[in-house]
Amino acid sequence: MKTQEQTLDDILDLAAKHFKVEREKLGPDDDFFKALGIDSLQALDLLTRLENHFHVELPDYELQGVSDFRTLAERIQARL
Amino acid sequence: MEIFQGRYLSWETREGVIEVALHHGPCNEIGLLALEELEKLSSALHTLAHQTHALILYSSLTSGFCAGADLRELYFRSQEMEKARALEGVRDFLERIHKVLNTIDAAPLTTIAAVHGVTFGGGFELALVCDLIIADKMARFCFPELRLGLVPGFGGIPRLKRDLGNAVVRDLLLTGRSFNATKAHAVGLVSQVVAEGESLRVARATAAQLAKFDRRTAIAAKKFIKPIPYHEMKQEIDLFCQLFVEPAVEAGLRKFVESTDALPYLP
Repeated sequence: MKTQEQTLDDILDLAAKHFKVEREKLGPDDDFFKALGIDSLQALDLLTRLENHFHVELPDYELQGVSDFRTLAERIQARL
Repeated sequence: MEIFQGRYLSWETREGVIEVALHHGPCNEIGLLALEELEKLSSALHTLAHQTHALILYSSLTSGFCAGADLRELYFRSQEMEKARALEGVRDFLERIHKVLNTIDAAPLTTIAAVHGVTFGGGFELALVCDLIIADKMARFCFPELRLGLVPGFGGIPRLKRDLGNAVVRDLLLTGRSFNATKAHAVGLVSQVVAEGESLRVARATAAQLAKFDRRTAIAAKKFIKPIPYHEMKQEIDLFCQLFVEPAVEAGLRKFVESTDALPYLP
């Protein structure tokens, strides 16, 4: 099973690649809406990509109020 | 009418298949324009169904299949008139769209929804009238209506119950959460999950396969296996109208309209 750090790295890699942001510019505690320049529709796209990548279900309500990569990684890790 | 080019949707027939494209931004929200053009499709189906064996419904927009009812139109139209008239308007809209969706649901040809991205609320209900749903892996399904103090109003609850059973309906309806295509496939909602951008191609391949079967047998099989839950759909309209006059709905719609986000009812 992946460690939480590996999960976090995967999220940052995936987000950087899909939203065409330099990976080095993304940090674990960044607000992903701001760092990636995305709205809620694109956040939904990110959610689906993460679910497909990690093969988990992430109910929308578990992500309410979550806007940083580290907490996102914690939520995913809890379902691996 | 073998070809129709509207502002909300267009269709053309080729090789025995009616291809209906939704193309009204931002994400094919269903308001009066959509209703009028869906009514045109519904009328044309009576003739087209004799010349074709399948119908494919898809969106040509990258944002998704359909984000559901046009809530902005609903809110602003409701604000322009007194409550009793607004409610009459809502009931009339629901009865008209139910008539259209029931016609597509029962159409004597095989219908396929090829979906991607946002397939929410009324958009989900539109996909549910089709016999098969082919989803690209980025598709997402949701009934967000409870967040607005409402229930789905386009026949979604009875159709989903018909197709999947009560437990899945309760999960989607009562939590308001969204399912991705893989989950939708696992519960039996989606017949095939395909790679990103491939749903229309696979729907076309599926439609070509259907052409091999005897037409009258296919129609008889569909009629046998796919009853339309008319009684529950009438009850759904009544429940929607009963809830629509509650203050929570106006507050929910106002919050939605005042938000500047792309899909304000999502986290």
